[in-house]
Amino acid sequence: MPQVTYILPDGSETTLEARDGDSVMETAVKNGIKGIVAECGGACSCATCHVFVDEAFADVVGGPGDLEDDMLDGAACDRRDTSRLSCQIKMCADFDGLRVEIAPKQV
Amino acid sequence: MSSGILIIGAGQSGMQIADSLRELGFEGAITMVGDEQIPPYQRPPLSKGFLYGEADEESLQFRNEKFYEDNRIELVLGDGVVEVQLNSDGASGVATTASGRALAFDQLALAPGSTPRKLNLTGSELDGVLYMRNIEDARALKSCWDGAENVVVIGGGFIGLEVAAVARKAGKTVTVLEGLDRMMARAVCPTTSEYFKNFHERRGAKIVLNAKIAGFEGDGRKVSGVVLEGGEVVPADIVMIGIGVVARTEIASQLGLDLPNGLIAVNEFAQTSNPNIVAAGDATLLPNPTGADGQVRLESVQNAVDQAKVAAKTLMGQRETYHALPWFWSDQADIKLQIAGLSTGYDQTVLRGNPDEDSFSVLYYKNGRLLAIDCVNQPVDFMAARRCLTDDQTIDPVAAADSSVKLKTLITN
Repeated sequence: MPQVTYILPDGSETTLEARDGDSVMETAVKNGIKGIVAECGGACSCATCHVFVDEAFADVVGGPGDLEDDMLDGAACDRRDTSRLSCQIKMCADFDGLRVEIAPKQV
Repeated sequence: MSSGILIIGAGQSGMQIADSLRELGFEGAITMVGDEQIPPYQRPPLSKGFLYGEADEESLQFRNEKFYEDNRIELVLGDGVVEVQLNSDGASGVATTASGRALAFDQLALAPGSTPRKLNLTGSELDGVLYMRNIEDARALKSCWDGAENVVVIGGGFIGLEVAAVARKAGKTVTVLEGLDRMMARAVCPTTSEYFKNFHERRGAKIVLNAKIAGFEGDGRKVSGVVLEGGEVVPADIVMIGIGVVARTEIASQLGLDLPNGLIAVNEFAQTSNPNIVAAGDATLLPNPTGADGQVRLESVQNAVDQAKVAAKTLMGQRETYHALPWFWSDQADIKLQIAGLSTGYDQTVLRGNPDEDSFSVLYYKNGRLLAIDCVNQPVDFMAARRCLTDDQTIDPVAAADSSVKLKTLITN
C-alpha cells in the first residue's frame, strides 16, 4: 500500500498507509488526522481539504483540474504553486512516499 | 463507574458528536448505537459516485476501525434502540436495543436522522419500487441497475435528479415525474429550476411536471410501469422515489420531548425540551442558525456536522450558540449545483452569467441585502458568497449582475 506523510500546521508529521484509490483526504480523515476538515466528504464542493504538495512530488501528482483550480482561489488560506484539494488526489503506487503539508486554515 | 454518553443514531451527526466529544477532551465512555450494519458512512455519494461505481462501501466509511479503537468509541451496529428509560434525574438512564441489549448512560444525544417519505399506492410493494437513503437502498438499486432499461424517477428533487443523471449516462430511458410545476421547488428559484429542467431534457430525460401518480403495475412480483391519473402508463423496470423524508422521532416521542411538525425541537444549544438531552441533524427543528428569525429544518451535511459540534459542547457543559451559514450541494452529471444561505423570504433575484453556457449564479436578496446564492458550475462565486454571508456582509445587486467582475471584490458591509 502506498504511503503518504502529512505535515501538520504545528510541524509534526504522521505517515499513513493508503488504500489504493482512496484520496489523500479520505486517508487522513479515516485515521482521524486533524486539520483536514473535508466538510463535503470529497465532492470538490468546499475547499476545506487544502494541502501543499511537496515540490518533489509536484510533477508526478500534477496540478488541479479546472473546477478544483477555481475552488482553490476561494480557499481560506492563500494558495501556493503546489496547492491541491486533497480529496482530488487519489493514492496509487506512483505516489508512494508522497508528502503533503496541511494548509493551516481550512474554514 | 461512569456510564458515559450514549449517542442514538450512527450517521453523519452521531459520528460528529462522538468525534467532537473526544476532541473537546471528554474522557468517559462513548457509545454510538444504530440500526444499520456498517460503521458510519457518507450518504451523499449513494445517489452518485457509488452508483457510478466510483466509490465502494469501504471508501464511504468516515473512519477506519483503528480510529474507533484508539478513541474508545464503542459502536453498537445493526441493533437500534427501541426503548429508553430515564432515571429520576431526567438525564441518565438505560436504553434497550432491538436484540435486548441494555446500554446505560449518564447523558443522551439523539441523532436519529430520517427515513424516506413513502408513496403508498396500489402496487407500492412490487419489486423494483425503490427509495434512496441508506446503503441497503443503494445496494438494492445497484442490484437491478444493469438489467434495467426504463428508469422512472418520482420526485424532481436533488436525489431524484442525481439518479436520473446517472441513469441517462448509463444509456437508460429516463422519465422524471414531478408533482409540482417546477423542479427542486423547495430549494431553488424558478430560474434555477428551469435551467435544470432544460439540462436534463437536453440529456435525453423526459420531464413531466404536475404529474399525478395513481399507482404501479406489474406482474404481481416485479414492477413494469407507473400509472398516471388518467390512465397513461410509463414503462418502468426501476421506480426510484425521492419525495422527501420523515424524521425518526420514535425515541424522542417515548421520552415525551416536544415534536412540533414531527420534528425534534431544539434550542440554539441543540438542547431538546428536556435540557439534559441534546439532538442534532435532519430530525431537528432549530432556531435559524443565520441569526434570522424563525425556526428551520436543515437536511444537509453542513447542518449534521455543525449542529453536532454544538451538541457536543453542550454535553461538555460549554455554552456555544449555534451560528453557521447553511450550505448545500448536488452533483447532477457534470453540473455542480452549490447553494449558500437560506433564500426564504427573498424579494429580488439577480442573475449573473449565462444559463445557456451551463455556468451562472442566482443571488437572492431581501430589502437589498444578500440572503443566499445558487451557483451552477460557479464555485468561485460560491466561495465568495459563502465568505460574504458567513461574515454577515452583502454584495450590491446591481454590481453583482456583471459577471466580468469577481464577486469577492464586491463584498461590502
